[in-house]
Amino acid sequence: MPNLEVNGKTIALTDEGYLENFEDWDKDVAEALAKEEGIELTENHWKVIEVLQNKYKEKREFPTLRRLAKDSGLKTKDLYDLFPKKPLKKAARIAGLPKPSSCG
Amino acid sequence: MDNTEVKKLAIIISKNSIEDVYAGLIMANGAVMEGIETIVFFTFFGLDAITKKTMNNLKVDNYKAFLERMPLNGEMPENAQDFVTEQVKNMLDQMDIAPVDEFLEMIQAGGGKIYGCKLAVEMFNLKKEDLYDELDGIISVGEMYEMVGGAQIIYI
Repeated sequence: MPNLEVNGKTIALTDEGYLENFEDWDKDVAEALAKEEGIELTENHWKVIEVLQNKYKEKREFPTLRRLAKDSGLKTKDLYDLFPKKPLKKAARIAGLPKPSSCG
Repeated sequence: MDNTEVKKLAIIISKNSIEDVYAGLIMANGAVMEGIETIVFFTFFGLDAITKKTMNNLKVDNYKAFLERMPLNGEMPENAQDFVTEQVKNMLDQMDIAPVDEFLEMIQAGGGKIYGCKLAVEMFNLKKEDLYDELDGIISVGEMYEMVGGAQIIYI
């Protein structure tokens, strides 16, 4: 099983690189995951991460990309700019959430 | 990387019912969200989904199949097709699924391309200005195949 080293702590990841335990997540972990994706986190990234985490905590499911954009005060295009190619998957991974299986 | 991974996909939509058009749009958007290079080619009646006048007024075709799957309160209304169409549109809205025009924008926001079939556009006597403004082009079948290259093709 792959691991991630952050601030001297070893964090367990799934085979696909998602956090095994959300309790391991903090902002430094998010930065480290983002770095692996080649993303430098900006204010808008954090906004999306927060919306995604709240939504997931509330419903145990992922929003559609459209809903995520709306709730983050962004456009769908912005999500593709922030998290290139696979916006929902990359955002979920950096937010410490499981791999989304949403199809919207 | 898994060498069976789909890298490029073309979805051809030739029908104009909500169920057919949305099946295509949802698959296209799902592909774009996976980073797959995606082309959607609208032909024949599928052109209704990229024609300004009709794109947001598509109807359910197989309303009987929907009625078998949806709870119906009270009597079957006189115009069942319109009734079911309204129900389905509300359901899509509740599921955060965009109307057709916005759906096309979302696919393009992720880098997907939307094309109309030249032959069908001519056959139905449509003008460029009748069609969705952000269309990536009106192209021949030959041009579509060139663009598709070695992509997987889904026909609806």
